[in-house]
Amino acid sequence: MRVEGRGRIDRSQPVRFSFDGKTVTGFKGDTVASALLARDIRLMGRSFKYHRPRGVLTAGSEEPNALIQVGQGHAMIPNVRATVQEIHDGLTVTSQNRMGPLDRDLMAVNDLLWPFLGAGFYYKTFMWPRAFWEGLYEPIIRRAAGLGRMTRGASPEANERAFAHCDVLVIGAGPAGLMAARTAAEAGADVIVIDENTEIGGRLLSDSEEIGGKPGDVWAGEMREKLAAMDNVRIMTRTTVTGVYDDLNFGALERVGQHLPHEPDLPRECFWRIRAKTAVLAAGALERPIAFPMNDRPGIMLASAVRSYLNRYGVAPGRNLTLFATNDDAHRTAAEMQAAGLRVAAVIDSRTGVEKQGDYRLIEGGQVIGTKGRHGLREITVRHGGRTEDIITDCLAMSGGWNPSVHLTCHLGARPVWDAEAKAFLPAPNAVPGMIPAGACNGAMSTSACLTQGKEAATEALKALGLKTARITVPKASDEAGSGSTLWYVEGKGRAWLDFANDVTTKDIRLAAQEGFISVEHMKRYTTQGMAPDQGKSSNIAALALLADATGRGIPETGTTTYRPPFIPTSIGAMAAGAEAKGFAPERFTTSDRAMRSWGAPMITAGLWYRPSYLPKRGETHWRQSCDREVRMVREAVGVVDVSTLGKIDIQGPDAAAFLDFVYCNMFSTLKPGRVRYGLMLREDGHVMDDGTTARLGENHYVMTTTTAAAGQVMTHLEFVHQCLRPDLDVAFISATEQWAQFSVAGPKARDLINSVLDQPVDNESFPFMACGEVMIHGVKGRLFRISFSGEHAYEIAIPSRYGEALFRDLVARAETLGGGAYGMEALNVLRLEKGFITHSEIHGRVTADDVGMGRMVSAKKDCIGKTASLRPGLSGEHREQLVGLKPKEPENALLAGAHLFREGDAATRVNDQGYITSVAWSPTFETHIGLGFLLNGRARMGETVRMVDHLRDKTTLCEVCDPVFFDPEGGRARG
Amino acid sequence: MASLIARTPFEGLLPLSYGTVEATEVVLRSVTSVAPFSGQADAVSKALEKAVGCRLPPVGTFVEANRARVVWSGLDQWFVMSEDTVTIPGAALTDQGDAWAAVEIAGTDARDVLARLVPLDLRLSVFEVGHAARTMLAHMSCLLMRTAEDRYVALVFRSMAASAAHDIERAMRMVSARADL
Amino acid sequence: MQITCPLCGARDIREFSIKGHETYLHRPDPEAAPEEWNDYLHNRENPAGETRELWHHGSGCGAWLLVTRNTITHEVLGAQLAREARNAG
Repeated sequence: MRVEGRGRIDRSQPVRFSFDGKTVTGFKGDTVASALLARDIRLMGRSFKYHRPRGVLTAGSEEPNALIQVGQGHAMIPNVRATVQEIHDGLTVTSQNRMGPLDRDLMAVNDLLWPFLGAGFYYKTFMWPRAFWEGLYEPIIRRAAGLGRMTRGASPEANERAFAHCDVLVIGAGPAGLMAARTAAEAGADVIVIDENTEIGGRLLSDSEEIGGKPGDVWAGEMREKLAAMDNVRIMTRTTVTGVYDDLNFGALERVGQHLPHEPDLPRECFWRIRAKTAVLAAGALERPIAFPMNDRPGIMLASAVRSYLNRYGVAPGRNLTLFATNDDAHRTAAEMQAAGLRVAAVIDSRTGVEKQGDYRLIEGGQVIGTKGRHGLREITVRHGGRTEDIITDCLAMSGGWNPSVHLTCHLGARPVWDAEAKAFLPAPNAVPGMIPAGACNGAMSTSACLTQGKEAATEALKALGLKTARITVPKASDEAGSGSTLWYVEGKGRAWLDFANDVTTKDIRLAAQEGFISVEHMKRYTTQGMAPDQGKSSNIAALALLADATGRGIPETGTTTYRPPFIPTSIGAMAAGAEAKGFAPERFTTSDRAMRSWGAPMITAGLWYRPSYLPKRGETHWRQSCDREVRMVREAVGVVDVSTLGKIDIQGPDAAAFLDFVYCNMFSTLKPGRVRYGLMLREDGHVMDDGTTARLGENHYVMTTTTAAAGQVMTHLEFVHQCLRPDLDVAFISATEQWAQFSVAGPKARDLINSVLDQPVDNESFPFMACGEVMIHGVKGRLFRISFSGEHAYEIAIPSRYGEALFRDLVARAETLGGGAYGMEALNVLRLEKGFITHSEIHGRVTADDVGMGRMVSAKKDCIGKTASLRPGLSGEHREQLVGLKPKEPENALLAGAHLFREGDAATRVNDQGYITSVAWSPTFETHIGLGFLLNGRARMGETVRMVDHLRDKTTLCEVCDPVFFDPEGGRARG
Repeated sequence: MASLIARTPFEGLLPLSYGTVEATEVVLRSVTSVAPFSGQADAVSKALEKAVGCRLPPVGTFVEANRARVVWSGLDQWFVMSEDTVTIPGAALTDQGDAWAAVEIAGTDARDVLARLVPLDLRLSVFEVGHAARTMLAHMSCLLMRTAEDRYVALVFRSMAASAAHDIERAMRMVSARADL
Repeated sequence: MQITCPLCGARDIREFSIKGHETYLHRPDPEAAPEEWNDYLHNRENPAGETRELWHHGSGCGAWLLVTRNTITHEVLGAQLAREARNAG
């Protein structure tokens, strides 16, 4: 029911939204919960296990009951708390965890079965027979399990991630937080103030408090204006700090557009990573419910929530209030309801000798022992003075005192400390170095103490920053904390809920203790206490207090469960914002990319790069047709392929040669300037890391080429070797991969093509095989390397990337006039296989130089990375699997990469394994399938027949072991 | 003789403009990486001053003269951004002018846009005008410079220009959408 | 976590990658005993508490750092350039 003259909502702006298909009108500033309560809709959801009718318990982010689904289609989000979700026009809300309508949930039958659904129910019930596990039990449990419903598609609404940095992070903007923020800001520190509510003020917005002679909310408003006017202050409302991480890094979730109609570019949520130099934790406290029998009906809620609905939203959650409390503070609820003109039927206080705070009926030494009302509270039963009494009421406010919000102080592993006087867990001293707790989360229970602690915490923070505290007086406020006693649970007939979200009752905790689950962590997992989306914020402490009683221990000995981030439910989508789809990883495009795509080349990824698979010509319907044609084109005329993705590292310095001698297993100091050499790089453990060609452009200037896959790894390795092992070497290197667009031109007509773009033609004398040098390409300074990855007469021509696309198109056009053209990765792979060149399919991390037939490249004349280890007896010789070529006995029989090799007569079992195949292709040159692989003592077994068996694809083929070099073993074509 | 057409890395991708922020390509002419050999830093610095008008700036900063900008670009390494290639003795010099895609992000909310892309503390008192940093832009390695209070230049690998433009645009859209809140 | 790079200042952990214990700095002589090489290549202590490790500021300035940190508290106690640590012995 709406109450005139109260609340911070904008009554001039009605807002219409739908709840389970019915239109509900509220006002701007309402949450779903307040808008529904204003319309006397108390039933908002069903409980997890028993499917009992539930309403709101709280008015904040800790809400365990009123979980709703928000939005439609793929934008729908489950398990949103109705107490947090603000309403906006067009908002669609549906209740969840029900079968059929909310008020006639078919699953409510579970509630009748409650005697059988106690703690450990699953473990006890679904054990036998074993045959039922997968077929029967699992589908049943899966259908019943989980809250809310997942959408299957990507949400059309985006989230964002952002970084922020500050000197002082103030978490929570109630009296303590505001005082801390003001103190820090006046001293000149960069301050971020975070509060999860829509406006700052904390409890000052919900309770009638005076600060400095003004109403608390007015004071908070003035503080907001002062802070907002300061350049060094950033106020972040609708933002919850979700976690504390090392070095005062914080995660925080901001509701950016969640409270507004969908706008295309407006993120729904933003996940902030905030790095602070110091922090003040002013997270406040959460009120404790009391576990009395049947305490879960809609209409039973926390006393503080009743005041929040009244003072923030102008809503009375009932017309005839009762209050069940253990402390003085809660009595103000009754006083405020009366002040708003509402009826208070009774105030039941568990204590005696209590002072009344208004004109209401006070029942001292009383306890609520029962409730009635099918879909909402109708009546309570009170026991007092040795008798029971039924009282008609539609809203029971309860208060068992307050739990300081110590959660964030525990995220780095600290445990909170039980304070017997405060009857609460308080933050451990220095729990998070640099984060200073202040106010209610630190046990301060009067407004005055909160203000003082806020200032003190900020002063401490400023001291750590080396800043002087400005003179700020703490305004006058009530120093009345009130007294209270603890009452965790009430004995009586019927279930008494602790964890409303997971339907954990006092009986479950006792059962757990009785069955031996006496560790608080075991009790939690056995009963699921505190494992729902609210993570037991309003129930964990009471549960462990009950466990303490049930096991005859004290609360401190029983201890708490572990507090972990996130503090509130946080969607993975928010934490991963921007990293979906194209944001997942950078895409790297070569300069020839546009041309390749325009010619219809299917692009494939090579690491982050995109490279053409093949270039289909008209009439070709299968990739093999294109690939075979491209191979023949290179063998018979000339082909052009972009090889810019290979890593290029520019290495210079007086010790460049010595450095290369150390990182390669073969010699580079003996290489003549103007020449290129193949190099093999080992890891320190003696296995092959990478290979490639390195050109000596000048006496002290080399350009190393790495494979595409290992470019980053090799660069990091070189930096490691230089900085960590050989800082004495005077050498500098930098990646030049991106600087140069580099194209391989291969085939009998390669020189004709190259000479058609060079200002000065080359010939075999001036530019023999393995020569390199600077050239002018259409007037642009470039580089030419006479190297071949196909066995053909070939060059690699490099030009600054800005001209890459132009040169590529020019080369391909000219190649076509010579009967050639562009080719792709498939043909490139066939060409290298025919020539027996290895790639990372072969040097996959477990092979040595000797395995690939390059053992003699490991120079005996010098030390190098991996040399000593490579000489270990186990890493070379006939007991190793060695690189071989393979040909099927029947040319049409395909070889399969990944298949294993066996002796012809052996069974294809693991113990008989002789090796495996790494690369395969159809060779149009030899008109047979060919492959490379590793075979036990393979080099000594040329000509032998072995059996290829692929268990996965169920294929067996006999093949002949041969030299890995199928094509032009003498190398005449590359030299010609 | 055919003449080759040059393309810039962000061709067709920039400029972008959302709200108060604009992202525009900075067309690089010559960029030369300079890595002085052992004991040569001073001599290289002096030679560079003669050649382009400024010395090697301290770590984490850049300097500008009429003809060039010299920016610290990593351990023992600087980039000289100028009209023509520089040739000075005593250092490893490597052409980098085609290796990078450069974007200027400018406007009142430029810092907010970068706060969605870069993990750096971009407060003016920390990352000052004239500062340079090697860091990450989304998932990309980048060299970031603050050229004015609300003006930044970021260099990323040329091949990643499209991804950089994509990520920058996303951040710009979201920041500008917040303006109406 | 963050590491204060001697060149770049305090930077987020995402810019760094770890190689492992500082053992990597002390490469044995090529002629050293197999046991010594075995220790260098394969054997590492796993201390609970302070340790020194090599980290690479790969998404930053490219420097290799010798980082002292506490494996229990995650506290980073210092970082120096690996080559300087090496020269200092």
